[in-house]
Amino acid sequence: MAEIKLESVAKTFGGFSAVKGISFTVDHGSFFVILGPSGCGKTTTLRMIAGLELPTSGRILLDGEDVTPLPASARDIAFVFQLFALYPHMNVRQNIGFPLRCQNFSRAQIRKSVEEAAKLLRIDHLLDRRVAGLSGGDRQRVALGRAIVRRPKAFLMDEPLGALDSEFRRLMCGELRELHDRIDATSIYITHDQLEAMAMADRIAIMNQGRVEQIGTPQEIYDRPRTMFVADFIGAPPMSFLDVHTALRQGDRAVTIDGASIEMPELFEDRPEGKFALGVRPENVSFADGSPLRGQVIGAEYLGTTQIVTVTTGSGQVKARLASGKAVHVGETVGLKLRSDRLSLFDAASGGVLSSALDMGGRHG
Amino acid sequence: MAEISLVEVSKRFGAVEAVQNLSLSIADGEFVVLLGPTGAGKTTSLRLIAGLERPDHGSVVIRGRDVTTEVPAERDVAFVFQQYSLYPHLTVYDNLAFPLRSPARRMDEAFIRRRIQQVAELLHIEQKLGNRATTLSGGEMQRVAIGRALVREPAVYLMDEPLSSLDAKLRAELRLELKRIQRELGTTILYVTHDQIEAMTMADRIGVMSEGGLIQLGTPREIYERPKSAYVASRLGTPAINLIPAELLANPSLPAQARTVGLRTEHIRIFLADRPGPRARVHWVEHLGDQNHVHLKIESRSLVTLADPAQELKAGDEVSLEFMEPLYFDQSGNRLAADRALA
Repeated sequence: MAEIKLESVAKTFGGFSAVKGISFTVDHGSFFVILGPSGCGKTTTLRMIAGLELPTSGRILLDGEDVTPLPASARDIAFVFQLFALYPHMNVRQNIGFPLRCQNFSRAQIRKSVEEAAKLLRIDHLLDRRVAGLSGGDRQRVALGRAIVRRPKAFLMDEPLGALDSEFRRLMCGELRELHDRIDATSIYITHDQLEAMAMADRIAIMNQGRVEQIGTPQEIYDRPRTMFVADFIGAPPMSFLDVHTALRQGDRAVTIDGASIEMPELFEDRPEGKFALGVRPENVSFADGSPLRGQVIGAEYLGTTQIVTVTTGSGQVKARLASGKAVHVGETVGLKLRSDRLSLFDAASGGVLSSALDMGGRHG
Repeated sequence: MAEISLVEVSKRFGAVEAVQNLSLSIADGEFVVLLGPTGAGKTTSLRLIAGLERPDHGSVVIRGRDVTTEVPAERDVAFVFQQYSLYPHLTVYDNLAFPLRSPARRMDEAFIRRRIQQVAELLHIEQKLGNRATTLSGGEMQRVAIGRALVREPAVYLMDEPLSSLDAKLRAELRLELKRIQRELGTTILYVTHDQIEAMTMADRIGVMSEGGLIQLGTPREIYERPKSAYVASRLGTPAINLIPAELLANPSLPAQARTVGLRTEHIRIFLADRPGPRARVHWVEHLGDQNHVHLKIESRSLVTLADPAQELKAGDEVSLEFMEPLYFDQSGNRLAADRALA
């Protein structure tokens, strides 16, 4: 268990600013995911926490202790890369015990720790097997065993499931999260896969170009994105945006798009006339014959369970997630109804969300 | 006419029968996706067509010509791999030109320039032609890799998980682009993936593979609505189809041989009110963002359904269920004709 705290941490490589002063706290025992596209600075951040890179400025605290200048070996942290790196000539017991042997633990201690780790991972029956004959899942459990056998204060994982096929990845997500709960660890996990992040995290930090765009629970980030980047990065398909050109007043409960008045959560700020974007998630769009907001269907993607229908309006494209049984014809004109209590309004220039009743809402808003 | 046919092809590696007696025909201009888990024989099938593997039995026919014994260069195919392998010291333009400048098919530079321009526009990389390959983002590199296949006009493009190393957003974009390009050019593509969304959204026909064999071949809708077996049914749909023992439903209208009932998530309706029919308890509501899953318990069995965003459910709620359009499977997992799909 450990609390990990970053204070204005920045990292520059030559002239390139990889991480631009980020701060967050990962609580004792929580599962924290850093999510972002390639090149956003997430791996650099993790490597600084591990002690594999030195920050250019800022501080890193582990349980309140400033570890910024300490090398990786002096921090009580386990780093898990791609999980498949096992020593093929050793059996399961030797693979798991390897980190302890390197630190000159006694045979009896190693034996005890390895057996405990194996029990946690439910592979104690495999201890004397060679790793070559194991299934993919068991190999991965052995690799995890090697990380947990030292009982470090925290686990740092860099896309550990990236190389696996999607089905197996989903299974391992569940297992990793369960393991985290069983050993009462603090984990920081890096991925570009939003489903992994949503399925495992207590809290997610979304990074973009070296900065943290938003930190929150999966549900907060999905329902109340703070920026258009977050709204667009999360969700498959992502949030759709409709152009709005207007002046806004505190207390407004609707905006006008293509001549149609669209209800939205009550606005809490005034804005002079300018460009805004009304964001709506695909599952909050439905077809309604009578609606004044009209558009033309330009495509339908059949997914079996549901279908994604793309509609062009005079103010932008909207994607709707509809029942797959609904007959939809490309080229037809339809009326669109947007679920009013789930809409976000963004400043189109800065990308930041405007404060509204959506912020207060949570689950009951 | 078929562009490509595999006729009763088998391939064994040591003790492993990677492909077993596989027959498959792909029509001109068709986009066929082979879908299956790791080890199903998808990639081996692709490599057999490319000529990177030679079959133990059976034949490979491309445009009416038996190519079974020909080397890859003699076959009229282009291959796109999962990992883009570009020449790092060359520009995007020279990477794209490379296949056209090969001594085997030497073409004049004016033709090459026109062709590259076309393909670059199609892939939206025309601004990047002068860049070195190493200065591109992952998505751009993969587009160049696809472009290098597209500059040629082979009988068929063979693609092995070309999008799986990209992040979700790029994958979604390239999925749409690839389908658009295939439609515009009328190309024939055989595409291998374990991602059901790629299969559903791009394929004209999907071939579901398992353990070296082709289990079912059909349009996405056919495969989803009329799966041949419980295995096929469980390959498609998120969340996956619920497969529950028939005796749990205790419904007299079940066909006699039905052992398992398949219920798609969209075919389970949940009512908070007390009604006749099966009862269940809400065990857990899982928030995955766009998909909120409701985990239900009927006695000790779990069912998973997609939450209706307008219906607020919480753990512990007692609910009534209505099942629509169930699929019935017999002892060995084959679908019985008695369900709605054949009715």
